[in-house]
Amino acid sequence: MNLTLKIWRQKNASDKGKMVDYKVTDISEHMSFLEMMDVLNEQLINKGEEPVAFDHDCREGICGMCSMYINGEAHGPDRGVTTCQLHMRMFNDRDTIYIEPFRAAAFPVIKDLVVDRSSFERIQQAGGFISVNTSGNTQDANSIPIAKDAADEAMDAATCIGCGACVATCKNSSAMLFVGAKVSQYALLPQGQVEAADRVLNMVKQMDEEGFGNCTNTGACEIECPKGISLENIARMNREYMKASMKG
Amino acid sequence: MALDSKIPKGPLKDKWTTYKNKIDLVNPANKRLIDVIVVGTGLAGGSASATLAELGYNVKAFCYQDSPRRAHSIAAQGGINAAKNYQGDGDSFYRLFYDTVKGGDYRSREANVYRLAEVSANIIDQCVAQGVPFARDYGGLLDNRSFGGVLVSRTFYAKGQTGQQLLLGAYSAMNRQIARGKIEMFNRHEMLDVVIVDGKARGIIARNLITGEIERHSAHAVVIASGGYGNVYFLSTNAMGSNATAAWKIHKKGAYFANPCYTQIHPTCIPRSGDYQSKLTLMSESLRNDGRIWVPKNMDDVKAIREGRKKPTDLSEDERDYYLERRYPAFGNLVPRDVASRAAKERCDAGYGVNATGEAVYLDFKSAIERYGKEQCKLHGIKNPSKEKITEEGEKIVEAKYGNLFQMYEKIVDENPYKTPMMIYPATHYTMGGVWVDYNLMTTVDGLYCIGEANFSDHGANRLGASALMQGLADGYFVLPYTIGDYLSDDIRTGKISTETKEFDEAEKAVKERLDFFINNKGEHSVDYYHKKLGKIMWEKCGMSRNEKGLKEAMKEIKELREDFWKNVTVPGDLNEMNPELEKAGRVADFLELGELFAKDALDRNESCGGHFREESVELDGLQKGEAKRNDKDYAYVAAWEYKGEPADAVLHKEELEFNDIELKQRSYK
Repeated sequence: MNLTLKIWRQKNASDKGKMVDYKVTDISEHMSFLEMMDVLNEQLINKGEEPVAFDHDCREGICGMCSMYINGEAHGPDRGVTTCQLHMRMFNDRDTIYIEPFRAAAFPVIKDLVVDRSSFERIQQAGGFISVNTSGNTQDANSIPIAKDAADEAMDAATCIGCGACVATCKNSSAMLFVGAKVSQYALLPQGQVEAADRVLNMVKQMDEEGFGNCTNTGACEIECPKGISLENIARMNREYMKASMKG
Repeated sequence: MALDSKIPKGPLKDKWTTYKNKIDLVNPANKRLIDVIVVGTGLAGGSASATLAELGYNVKAFCYQDSPRRAHSIAAQGGINAAKNYQGDGDSFYRLFYDTVKGGDYRSREANVYRLAEVSANIIDQCVAQGVPFARDYGGLLDNRSFGGVLVSRTFYAKGQTGQQLLLGAYSAMNRQIARGKIEMFNRHEMLDVVIVDGKARGIIARNLITGEIERHSAHAVVIASGGYGNVYFLSTNAMGSNATAAWKIHKKGAYFANPCYTQIHPTCIPRSGDYQSKLTLMSESLRNDGRIWVPKNMDDVKAIREGRKKPTDLSEDERDYYLERRYPAFGNLVPRDVASRAAKERCDAGYGVNATGEAVYLDFKSAIERYGKEQCKLHGIKNPSKEKITEEGEKIVEAKYGNLFQMYEKIVDENPYKTPMMIYPATHYTMGGVWVDYNLMTTVDGLYCIGEANFSDHGANRLGASALMQGLADGYFVLPYTIGDYLSDDIRTGKISTETKEFDEAEKAVKERLDFFINNKGEHSVDYYHKKLGKIMWEKCGMSRNEKGLKEAMKEIKELREDFWKNVTVPGDLNEMNPELEKAGRVADFLELGELFAKDALDRNESCGGHFREESVELDGLQKGEAKRNDKDYAYVAAWEYKGEPADAVLHKEELEFNDIELKQRSYK
């Protein structure tokens, strides 16, 4: 395949940035999207130009590091995948592909396609944990049976990889799917009950302070989420929030 | 320097308890005066950071990713072992200890492994308390599966994402401490050297990967938890950024590096498809619980399949060679990883490989789908179910167990593994070798610790499935927090360590000079050009089987490649900005040294043990003909290498391994 790439280049956070055109040739349909980017970068290095900076690490869809906005979609045209799992067989010879960073006020660009997602870190630090020390004296793991359904639902929420596709795709740049997933995981488990009220209030407060927008139920986040995190998590977070607010 | 493993005296089962009762403690008020640096935030580093901070120490944690949650522990799929005996199938601390020592082909330290087995049960309790959503059965209790090389079900799991869930647990514990200010977190930072003052590790030099700034950080002790060195092969299941730099830098400053030749080549990975390939993807070993491995029996079928004239599903049972079940009837498809990998290589080398490359075997779920389907039909009271109904019900169960893995396979290979067998081939996955540590997890440098995959200690020459997560969390949650206290109890009056000393000046200067060199060299070849060449040498000559001639060639070729690298490498961009190529250059420079020591170690060890298979050392006759032959008389030692300039000049120190509680036997999975 021969392709035209239009890629966002931005030297650093204070640079204005612009789209730049590149050509790549002889791309195999079995390549992953990031392997295609490797080919481009090798080409740029050999020409003495600066390669395109992009975040990536595990390249198997679990670390949540990769974050490209491809042809107007977070993680590109395939469903249920991260950018690193996207394969070139989703494209056609002579296509033009637009590649941009995940855009949101709370995700400032660091360089080219790399964005700063530390706002997600601060939300988790505000309450995304259970306050239990490592003592070796916690009770036996089987002392509290947990219904299989609840455990499975908690697991479904916990599969969130924190990539930020939900934010990038949302017209309001809302982080409610991300925060909803974390709140839900703990809300569904008995271990999470003790701090449930404080947790949801603190995490939502931090989310608002970071400059994420609100949710208007368009559901785009659920469609673009590489891990299929359900909108139900947002509903559950809202219920938890209501419950906690009334208690307060 | 003579190696002192500092194993406590007394009976094996009492060592850890006695040790804990006798060590010096640091009182809570004094812990506030002590700083600890932790490099790496995977299961080992993340759990250690959280626990040390909970205890009251001031922790500075470093990771090169944008969040601790992205460390490559996150990609571990199958599960974590623990001797809980919830299944009542006869498990115990001793059995987990025994299986681990045997699985590691009797090249690990008994005392360390027994301690690991002892604390394993607490890990599960701790993780459940943190809200880790392990799989449960319908009664609400924890479920288990079984893994290669053992005869009990002791593996706890969270779908195919166990590593992710455990790491998120450790990460949540870290977040709690970051919020309290007890952990200062340095994301997007890379450690580029350790600073040693008066023989003790007292800090690190790190580069801020966003601004390029070189920073000095001091502490009373330094903990390296930076993972393994599998990327020395270029292609591996490791993350792209996984590197050996922290471990290698401390080696060059005095920490001995042990058993670098012990590498795990994992049997179930997706085969490579072309030269552009940047990494390999693992399919969890748990698949071998239900998948059966085979190649065609007849060469005609092999050809027909490669040429597309036949499909694997066209072959009848008689035409298939389930070679693991044939060769190892007792363990079948659940033999340990090294055995399964070599058996796949043997079949492919003999010409029976099925991919276009000839480097793939089948992993088939047909029988499992049928078995589960029949069971489900019976459970649901479906009488005389049709074949389609059985398949439908069976596929549902297989999907519930391995759905995410099947989806991952389909996305990469573009084939549906429910309908046609998966293709798999071995790939580099884990490194058992690493920085030498004593029972306290301290390296040969005072105050410098090494935990998790980065150290050498618990898996001997081969790691069993689901034991990496166990070791990482054991080291970080339950071992290091005790052992480091014993050392730090001498430091309560030391006060803050200054970074304005000549030791920091010198370390920083060396780091800066090296970075300057890369930017200014303007050579001909990219960093990847060298990394790929190194990977090819490693895979061909230090891969699944090794021999004297190949290893000698490897040492020579790696040295030449390294010299060429330092002349002709090119790194674009600048120092004072985000520069991924500059990061890679430093890491590959270190791999180019480590690779040579790896080959040297493999050359020294003229025996086959675990993941290290020497063609010169095989059984010549009897039932075990052609199987790996260990040599306990000459090689029952840990090879700890001391840095002396060139890797080829490294000096060998032997830690003789003593086995008092276990009888040394040739492993047999027949």
